[in-house]
Amino acid sequence: MSQKQNLYGVLAEFPTAAAVYQACEKVRDKGFKNWDAHTPFPVHGLEKAMGLKASKVPWIVLVMGLSGATGGMGLQWWINTQAYPLVISGKPFFSWQAFMPVTFELGVLLGSFGAVFGMLFINRLPMWYHSLFRSQRFEKVTDDKFFISIEAIDPKFDATATSKMLTELGATHVELVEQ
Amino acid sequence: METSVTLANLEEHVDKRSPLVLGKETFASVTNIVAKPMEMKTPKAWWICFLIAFSGLGVLGASIAYLFWEGVGVWGLNNRVGWAWDITNFVFWVGIGHAGTLISAILFLFRQKWRTSINRAAEAMTIFAVICALVFPGIHVGRVWVAYWLFPIPNQMLMWPNFRSPLLWDVFAVSTYFTVSTLFWFVGLIPDIATFRDRSKGIRKFVYGIFALGWRGSQRHWLNYERAYLILAALSTPLVLSVHTIVSFDFATSQLPGWHATIFPPYFVAGAIFSGFAMVINLMILCRWVFKLEHLVTMRHFENMAKIILLTGSMVGYAYAMEFFIAWYSGNPYERFIFISRATGPYAWAYWTMVTCNVVIPQLFWSRKIRTNLWALFIISVFVNIGMWFERFVIIVTSLHRTFLPSSWAYFRPTIIDISTFIGSFGLFFTLFLLFVRFLPIVAISEVKTVMPEADPHGHDHGNKPATGGAH
Repeated sequence: MSQKQNLYGVLAEFPTAAAVYQACEKVRDKGFKNWDAHTPFPVHGLEKAMGLKASKVPWIVLVMGLSGATGGMGLQWWINTQAYPLVISGKPFFSWQAFMPVTFELGVLLGSFGAVFGMLFINRLPMWYHSLFRSQRFEKVTDDKFFISIEAIDPKFDATATSKMLTELGATHVELVEQ
Repeated sequence: METSVTLANLEEHVDKRSPLVLGKETFASVTNIVAKPMEMKTPKAWWICFLIAFSGLGVLGASIAYLFWEGVGVWGLNNRVGWAWDITNFVFWVGIGHAGTLISAILFLFRQKWRTSINRAAEAMTIFAVICALVFPGIHVGRVWVAYWLFPIPNQMLMWPNFRSPLLWDVFAVSTYFTVSTLFWFVGLIPDIATFRDRSKGIRKFVYGIFALGWRGSQRHWLNYERAYLILAALSTPLVLSVHTIVSFDFATSQLPGWHATIFPPYFVAGAIFSGFAMVINLMILCRWVFKLEHLVTMRHFENMAKIILLTGSMVGYAYAMEFFIAWYSGNPYERFIFISRATGPYAWAYWTMVTCNVVIPQLFWSRKIRTNLWALFIISVFVNIGMWFERFVIIVTSLHRTFLPSSWAYFRPTIIDISTFIGSFGLFFTLFLLFVRFLPIVAISEVKTVMPEADPHGHDHGNKPATGGAH
């Protein structure tokens, strides 16, 4: 019993992108929820084979980019009309045309922060420890091997049956990974 | 001499794409090729180069220290010419810094897959060039201890910067550009640092592990990662165009003949791409030769870059001609005078050096023989960068040295400190670049793998083991 509680899940190794792609379609169709594919590079179309929903990163970028641009224009409005109104070349205090470059740059800056940190946040990175790093073979995931991991918390998970299924799907090596 | 393998992908075929990775490379061998510089014993040549570059950095440090101690009088600036080598060097380095983002962002959006072998090194070059660029406005302000006035920081004087000034726009543009380029570069590096983490042992594993952020190649992560990367590319594209546009506003919004021109923004951007690609060619020829990247950085890559240099070089040449045309057509005597003086006055030598290097020499790239000859590529690229430095020098100094009031005309001569600061900035650049090639992947490993035929999950398993996952 305690052994099962310590189990993170099962990790299956595949030799090629095509093999992991076809296996992912099968795992998806069998209705697993808590599982993942691990590849050395983004395999084209694999998110569809896994049945993943579109990324939410663009929404974060939109909100951040708009706040950056609004904040940039707002800052310049406040400085030039409230904090330090100064006549320069006889122009109006709030000459928005001249404020566009800084508005644009701040929009891009915060939008980029949104893209990078939003992506890391959604991915829950940095996460320097993960159960899968216990596996020696998993080191090849950043080189030339492809993996599918199915977590023990998945309702359909059964250590023996799931391992057998992955072998039948073409895995060249299947192992159980502890927490 | 190039062997037949390295020239194999120059031809275009109707029925199939020319390969971007040559030889019989597999995913594992690509990883090995890129990881080699990091894993091999530090070569003697690297140490020699590093010592030279590091000495250059020392020269920069000493020159700046002397400048801070004595003041900007140690430069050759005089009453008339208040901007000279400092701003020339700033624009020169910022310009070089444009190619990296162009390759990583614009070519990415246009799905130019050949960018994958060169984008990492080009992005690194961008960041280091922008660091060199940032040094110059930082040190030329005179009272460096109040350089923070460049930023809108609340202070006890209740003073704020002038947001109508292009110099302030420049502060925002260049610092945003530096930040976004660094983020873009780092995001691209995460999967490759994870590769290095998984190959290393001991302290290296620990350090690479920290920067890999625990990347485990998860497809759920790749999904967000690819989306974030695409958006960064889409944000960087207008950003990179805006940066040199705003740098050109430093000149174009002034009333000075020779500076006050609407052609400046596109002309500066074309020139920046021109010089940046020349620097990428120089660096990639050296990296390819030292680290044996012939199968990843192929002749096709160099040929494509040579074509971009030819295009942007011709655009720059067109801009030079158009400046003269407008000076004549405008009927403005001051404008006419400054341009005639540019070509025939005391700085004619600089002007004709610029024209020769930027307009005449790159035309050699019409010939494919020259586009695919590494020596010719290297030498022409060096000339391009000499020419682009002179372009900025000509624009800045010739416009300033003779102005409306003949009694204040002057001739600018650089002092030894001007020269040593400029040479020192190369030391800073190459020190950073050498550290980069030693400790980080110079080619984007995970991206190169995606352009190999084996990466396609729908068949095409050339050479690799066939899929064991059942029927197609």
